[in-house]
Formats: sequence, C-alpha cells, structure tokens
Amino acid sequence: MIVKQVSVFLENKLGRLNEVTHILGNAGINISAFTIADTSDFGVLRLIVSDPDKAKTILKENLFSVQTTDVVLVKTDNKPGSLAKLLEALNSEGIFIEYMYSFSKDENDAINVIRPVDIEKCMTVLQSSKDKLLFTDEL
Amino acid sequence: MIWNEKIECATREEMEAIQSERLIKTVERIYHNVPSYRAKMQEKGLVPADIKSVKDLSKLPFTEKTDLRDNYPFGMFTVPMSEIVRIHASSGTTGKPTVVGYTRNDLNMWSEVVTRTLCMAGVGQNDIVQIAYGYGLFTGGLGMHYGTENLGATVIPISGGNTQKQLQLMQDFKSSVIACTPSYALFLAEVMKENGIEPESLNLKVGIFGAEPWSENMRKEIEAKLKIKAIDIYGLSEVVGPGVSCECEEQAGMHINEDHFIPEIIHPETLEPMPPGEIGELVFTTITKEGIPIIRYRTHDLTRLIYDKCKCGRTLVRMEKCMGRSDDMLIIRGVNVFPSQIESVLLEMSETEPHYLLIVEREGTLDVLKVLVEVQEQFFSDEIHKLEELKTKIKNNIQNTLGISVAVKLVEPKTIERTAGKSKRVIDNRKI
Repeated sequence: MIVKQVSVFLENKLGRLNEVTHILGNAGINISAFTIADTSDFGVLRLIVSDPDKAKTILKENLFSVQTTDVVLVKTDNKPGSLAKLLEALNSEGIFIEYMYSFSKDENDAINVIRPVDIEKCMTVLQSSKDKLLFTDEL
Repeated sequence: MIWNEKIECATREEMEAIQSERLIKTVERIYHNVPSYRAKMQEKGLVPADIKSVKDLSKLPFTEKTDLRDNYPFGMFTVPMSEIVRIHASSGTTGKPTVVGYTRNDLNMWSEVVTRTLCMAGVGQNDIVQIAYGYGLFTGGLGMHYGTENLGATVIPISGGNTQKQLQLMQDFKSSVIACTPSYALFLAEVMKENGIEPESLNLKVGIFGAEPWSENMRKEIEAKLKIKAIDIYGLSEVVGPGVSCECEEQAGMHINEDHFIPEIIHPETLEPMPPGEIGELVFTTITKEGIPIIRYRTHDLTRLIYDKCKCGRTLVRMEKCMGRSDDMLIIRGVNVFPSQIESVLLEMSETEPHYLLIVEREGTLDVLKVLVEVQEQFFSDEIHKLEELKTKIKNNIQNTLGISVAVKLVEPKTIERTAGKSKRVIDNRKI
C-alpha cells in the first residue's frame, strides 16, 4: 500500500536526531521505521510514523525542513530469497527504485519501504504479483 | 630617490594652490559633461563658480560605487570614446562591473604616480620587478607594469598564479622586487619552503603588496619569511588603480599622490569632514583625471591622515593602513565581495528571502569563503541527489558572480542567528 513517509533535513551534528525523536515522542507519535541517507555534511532522515501529517506539522513548528513523500510498503516473508523475489518482480517490469529500506517485523514477516520513480506503475506491478500488499494498521 | 621632488616635497601652501587650481577645472568639467554630477550639484544649489579653492571641497556631493553602476558602462565618462584608450573594471555588486576609462593623459598620469610609489619603496632603474598581480580588467597588473617601465626598471609581466613558474623566474631572472597581494606573498614563501628554496639564495629585496588589507603582524611574517622589505601600496580602480598612495622606506604610512587625488576623512554616519588626525572614512576626489573624474568618492575604508613631514623628506600627506570598512564589503584574495551579491544569487534561485551566512577563514595563507545556506521548505527535497545538485548549483552561481571559488554548506533552518529581524551576514575569522 501507499503511505506517507516523513522526510527531515538534518545537518550532521550532535543531537539533531535526538531532538527529532523527542519532539515526535512528546507528541505521542510512534515511529515504525526510520533511516538516514547521509552525505559529508548533511543527511535526510526518512520516517514511517503513526500520524505523518501531525508529525509534519509539529516538526515544522519546531523549524525543521520537512516534507512528506509517498512510498510503497510491501510485506515479504522473513526468509532467504524473498527480497530477491520482490526485486526481481519489480526489475522485470522496469521499475526504477530511487531508494528503499527493509526491516524484519517478526519471525514470519519483513517490511520493505520502496520509493519508486513511478509510484503508480509500481503499485500496478505489485498488485498483479503474488505478494500481497501490507496495510498500515498491520505495522 | 624621490621621483618628483618639487611635488612630493612641496609645502602645504604650494600643494593647496595646485589642488585648488585643478579642482576648479575638474568641477567645471564634470558639471558640463556628466549629467548625473550636474543633477547632484543642482540639487545642492551649486554651480561651478561656488568652488573657488580646495577649502570648498566639502560643499560638493559624494559619489558612491552605486553611481558608477547606475551609469553603467560609460555614463560617467567626460570625454568621447575616441579619446578613451583603455578600459578597466572591477567586480560589481549585482554582476555588473564598475567600469573606468582612461585617456592617453590619464595613463601618463597613472604611470607617473606608480613610478613615484616605486621610488618610495626604494625601487630603482636597476631593479627587476616581477609583477604577480593579475593582468587584465583588474588594474593591479597593468597599473604596476607601466609605472615600472616608466621608471626604467625591468618588468617581468608574469601576472598572477602559476606559483612554480613564479619561483623559477624569480631564481633564473634574479627578480629583486615582487609585486602581488600580501597573502600571495605568504603563499609563495610557503611553496618556497616546500621546494627547499632558501630566501637568501634569491635576489629579492622589496615586496610591494596591496589589493587587500593586511596587518603589521603579516608584514613581520612576510619580511621574516622572504627576507625582504614589505611595502604597502593602496589604490582602487574608481580613483585610478594602484598608486593612489604607497609607503616609503620608513614604513610609516602611505604617501598619497595628493596633487592628483585629494583625500578627506569624513564621519561615516554624519558624513561631516573630520579634523586632521581623526579616524574616519577615506574619501577621494580626482583632480587631473580626464576619462572619468570622480568627486568625493566614498572608499568606505577607515583610516586617518597624517600631515607631518615624513623622515624620508616627502611632505605628501600620509594615510595609515586601513583599519576596516564602514560597509560590509569583504576583500577575499584581492576580490571585493559584498554580501548583497550572494543574496541576489540566492534570491534568483528561490522565491522567498534566503537565510545565509558568510564565514571567512584564513586557511594557511589563503582566504576561504564559506557560504552557509539554510535549507528551507523551498529548497528541501527528500532526494539526496537533488540536494547535492542544489548545493553545486548554488556554488557555481555564486562563483560565476563573484569570480572566486567558495565552499557551500547546507544547514538546517533557524541555525543562522537572527538579530533584531536582520540576520548577521558575515563572520570574519581572519586574524590579519
């Protein structure tokens, strides 16, 4: 399924990540997953949270540069070869991936967050494939 | 040696008589030939006849760098282009350079004043002068060049940069004088050390350094590292270029060629003339230039004037080393940089007011300009490569405008301090 990912611009300096997590925690927003893409002097923090709109508003109030981006959540089996299978399905249909990150949910399931260049085409490919799409409430 | 003893050692009365006569002629000239000057004088209810001597100078209106820009490119020239034989230009505030033009007589005058300054620095006919100021639109190279030729010394017109070649020619041609920016002199000293060249093995005895501010400490460092006498020269293209003033071997202030350029010191805020010896903003009026005479040009350099006779015998008024600026202009590697130039580049790239901070550091011997730009909503992208592209674009656009390389750093919003609604734009960490 498609969810809103929250992206935050961060400078590479001590305490920045800490501040973001505190702000979200105090606002009662749960973080399901996050990753940081970094360069030599700045990074982009990408988060999957319980309430992306609220997270965006509250981080903006705290003067962060924030953006929400649509990303695709896909559940795969938590066993060898399943990620390869998912990527093979996307690759064979020419779906170019801007970036992605994955994590194990429990012994059985793994969650993959994908930012494809063409999100609609990606959804069509996924819906026609055998893998079923994960819903936010299952996170 | 004193090149023009009659002028350089004239009494104050003699000098003021020369200045008065030339000022009267200049005012006539600009009033009748330059519409913007005439309009400014009329605004003050002035006609040329109101200027009877140098004592009336403070009645005249000021000229700012913006006046030259508003009349870009040739609007303030007082002669037809057929009489202009050379153009020079310096970096402007919004991409447009400040343009000046010289007649044949102007170039002769310029050579004369540069020759005087070389003599002040102890340079003579037998010297070999390596000119490592940039040649081209910048006045430094060609200004020094013709003054040196006029003196009869030997010119090595190597221009700026190409450090290895500088050192090679310095050794092979036995240069006795080097003319460049003081920071480049320190850089040369560093490279010499790396290459194992002992300063004693060279023939260098004098360095003539200008185009950027430098301190007494830097002088000591240069003199110790290069084993030379380091002389400060001052000039700006709007007045003529290098040779407006220069230190003599006493190193006790720069003698102003005041029979061509009358200096005044004004209060930077009230703009009233200040008594001799007080620190204020330096203002120049050219009284012999034909191409583009300039009236009460505000240099924004802070200094004071010394009217006592110098130990060298010259009576030309001296100005102390400049102690700062009355505006926010920075001089980085000899290039004038205004924060507003960077602001306009950023404004072109976004629709809202950019927040930025300039940090100037001296790394080793070279000045480094860092530009911090806040990544606000309009700049932010979730994709790293877009942010990297943004950074490169900002860097290239600023470099194209300023003509010097900069380092750009993207920072979070709110990181740049706001003071009373206006951001602090510049931090100068150079210890000079």
